[in-house]
Formats: sequence, structure tokens, C-alpha cells
Amino acid sequence: MDAKPGLDVAGVTLCYSTSDQIVTATYRVSFQVAPGDRFILLGPSGCGKSSLLKAVGGYMAPVEGHIALNGREVRKPGPDRMMVFQEFDQLLPWKTVKQNIMFPMLASRKYSRVEAADRADLYIEKVNLTRARDSHPHTLSGGMKQRVAIARGMAMEPDILLMDEPFAALDSLTRGQMQDELLSLWEETKCTLLFVTHSISEAIKIGNRILLLSAHPGRVRAEINQVAGRGKALEAEIYSLLFGSESGHDE
Amino acid sequence: MTNDIIHDIDHAAPIEIVDRPVPLARRLYANPSLRRLGVVVLLGVIWQAYGVILDNPLLFPRLSDTLVALGEGVMSGEIPKKVLISLRVLLMGYGLGIFAAGVLTALAATSRFGSSLLETLTAMLNPLPSIALLPLAMLWFGLGEASLIFVLLHAVTWVVAMNTHSGFLSVSQTLRMVGRNYGLSLPGYVFRILVPAAFPSILSGLKIGWAFAWRTLVAAELVFGAASGKGGLGWYIFENKNELEIANVFAGLLTVIAIGLIVDSLVFGRIEKHTLRRWGMQAH
Repeated sequence: MDAKPGLDVAGVTLCYSTSDQIVTATYRVSFQVAPGDRFILLGPSGCGKSSLLKAVGGYMAPVEGHIALNGREVRKPGPDRMMVFQEFDQLLPWKTVKQNIMFPMLASRKYSRVEAADRADLYIEKVNLTRARDSHPHTLSGGMKQRVAIARGMAMEPDILLMDEPFAALDSLTRGQMQDELLSLWEETKCTLLFVTHSISEAIKIGNRILLLSAHPGRVRAEINQVAGRGKALEAEIYSLLFGSESGHDE
Repeated sequence: MTNDIIHDIDHAAPIEIVDRPVPLARRLYANPSLRRLGVVVLLGVIWQAYGVILDNPLLFPRLSDTLVALGEGVMSGEIPKKVLISLRVLLMGYGLGIFAAGVLTALAATSRFGSSLLETLTAMLNPLPSIALLPLAMLWFGLGEASLIFVLLHAVTWVVAMNTHSGFLSVSQTLRMVGRNYGLSLPGYVFRILVPAAFPSILSGLKIGWAFAWRTLVAAELVFGAASGKGGLGWYIFENKNELEIANVFAGLLTVIAIGLIVDSLVFGRIEKHTLRRWGMQAH
């Protein structure tokens, strides 16, 4: 295996079992994410994009193929691959905003207590939550909770930040705002993102590269390496790639 | 001038702002402790009235007589001594029960066999009243503290284990994945993620366990406090009934109730206030 930096997903087949059958989530999916990429996994529901993200996170072992991050095989979950989930309950309710952001830094022993506190303050400022720093999660709105989760992920400076439809449960006004904020955070940190979504417009707005997956089982439909500046035309192209030649719009 | 945006707020209209204090009576009524105190006072009045009407201190002494008996019992040091004896045994049984429950739930959390073991044992033994084990306990451990602790252990273990286990099971998949993401060790994962996340269930298990232990202890003392020489509160009640000091019997019962109330509000109430309510895991 070559040790080039970034994420290497090679020929990955994923299966999960329900109580009475084994379902193939993805079939021989391959892609590479380079450092600094905003890589989007896009596809309809049932294309296995969330399963792929979980496999990269180390929560699911591939049946076939391999996943390597910076040349090291992914075997189990670890703080070098921080996850941001869709669900609002991903914050620990017994910790304040600041403690939530500090927790992974301390639990993984990556930073000292002083460093962790400084970094937490810095990232709280970056996501504009200074006033909520000592609040408990239950007092925050959905958008604020997702900001905390993103700050928690980014403050760790992971090799890659895995985001599983982080804005899907937000109202559309908040979602648009959060997308802008994520992009400006990326401008500051240039962190590597692997972002799962089922919204074509979100994929085009956030990503610089998009992997298009088809459903049942998930297979690579197309890889789009030039996203910037193609706007509506690209949206229509993706739509026709996913649903045949008819044109239409996402959402 | 364009009409694309129409501002439809009449800033000139006077606004009537409702900004006056809530009336005192309503504020008092909104205070849950005061409401509970009201209930206690009401019950006390009914007690006293019934006692006066019945006028039979052997069957039902008045509240005032009971309070006098309670005062005398406390001043003479007899009731405090009995309370200490009872509490000592109670805490030992409660502590052991929690420890046993901890071991069982740890097994259940880490293996499927442990989980089935706990579920089966709980389903079998939880419905069995602890006091029903007392004859057996007396046979095995003799007339003494060991028997009492054994029945207390039985009273506490299953309910605490059951609640902790179901609390662990109800921790959301997301929170589990978050916990595993940080590379925590297994004990770290259990104590820093599972235990706090399941804390509402664990605390309610501890509360029910405490109540079970308390009532089991008093009942057990009623049965064989006589032979052990130095009995606790249950024995105090039994003894006074034999001597027809019914006011003292009621004083003993009041003490049992008072300790239950104090522990519930001071210990568990305070824990709830500093944990679950602050974390938004329980409604105010």
C-alpha cells in the first residue's frame, strides 16, 4: 500500500444485516480524498453513503476492499476521524458547550487541559457561540447544537472531518446560513471534509469534488472533480445522471 | 416610491405592555414545596380532628399526643438510638446491593450472556418480596445483622440493576458512536459516556431501591428484632405495641416517614437539581 496522504477507499463492499437478511449497502466503491478537499458523497437514500462514512469512521468493517487514512488501515473508530452527526443529541447533555468541545481533546489525550481550554475558546469564537459557552446543550437551538458539534470536530484538528448530513434536520434558512459558515470555517482551517448529503444544491455549494452514488446497492455513478463555477448547469447534469435524461430540480 | 416591500407595522400606535408582578397568593401557590407543606398541614388537621372525635387513644391517638410522644422519645435519646441502629444496617445493605447491581450490569453491558443472565434473574427474583426470604435468611445466617443485610441486598439489587440496565440500553446510537469516536478505553466509555447518559434511569433505580430497602428493613425488624437484643425502629414500634403505648407506635411510624421524606428531598432531590435538571434530562 502506498503511503500517500489523504483517504484512500479502494473497492469497498459494505454489508449490514437486518434481523432476517444481509443487505449490500455499497458494492466495490473506490475514491480518494486529498488533504484540504471538501469531498461530497451524494446520492439518493439507499445508496450507502452513510454506511461508507461509518466505514471510514471505523464503525463498520468492509466485506471486501480496504480503507486507509494516510497509509494506515482503518480498523476501529478513532479521534483522527472526528464525526459530526445529523442528530441533535450528539452533544453530551451533562456537559456545557465548552466542556463538550474540550472532552474529545482530553479523552484522546491529544491536548493538555490548558491547551484544550484555549482551543475550545478559540473555536467557540469561530462558530459565534461565545455567549453560550457555559450553557448546557438543552438550552441551545438546533443550529447552535450543530455549530457546537462542528467546533468540537474541528478543534481536534482531525486528519479528516466526517460529516453525516449535519444540516439535514435544520430549517432551510438556518441550513443556508450554516453552509456559508462551514465554508468560511474551511477557508480559515483548510481541514479535509468528507460530507454526506442527499441534496444536490448542498453538494454543489459545499463541495469541491463530488462522488455520485446510485442506489441498491451503492455504486459509483460519477466522480465530479470540477465543481466551482458550474452552478445550475451542473445541478441539471447531476440530476440527469441520477434519474435518467429528464431534467428537473432538487427540492 | 416602490411598493415592493410594504411595512405594515404601525409604530405610532400606543403599546400596552403587561409588566406587573404576579399576585403574592399565586406566587405562593406556584411553589411546589409550599403546596406540599399545605397537604401535610391539611392531613395533620384531619388526623387531630378524627382523634378528638374518636377519643380512643388505644386505637388512634391524637396528633398532639403523638407529637408529645415523639418529642419525649427524641429527647430521651431512645428514638435517635433506634434510628442510628436501623440506618447503619440499612446503609450496609443498600451499599452492598448497589455494588452487586453494578457488577451485574457491568456483565450485562459487556456480554450478551451477562445481559440474558441479568434479565432472567431480575424477572425471576424482583417480584419475590424480600421479607419472604427472611425465614430462609434466619436459617442460613442466624438472628442478627447478617440476615437483615441479606434481605436488604435482595430488596435493592434487582431494582437498581434493572433500572441501570434499561438506562444503558436506552442510550442513543448517536451518543454511543460519539463516545467510541474518541478512542476511550472500555471503563472510560462506561463511566464517561454510558453512566451519565443513563443517569436518569440509574437515579430512579437508586430512589426506588432506597424505598424498598427502608420498608424491608422496618418489616424485618418487626419480625425478629425481639431476639437480636438491640433492635432498630421496627423493633421500637413492635415493642411499644406490646406495651400498648400506641402514641409511641405512631411516633415510630412518623419517624420512618420523616426519614423517608428527608432522604428523598435532601439527598435525591438535591442530586436531581444538580444533575438532571441542569442537564435538561428532566422537566422542572
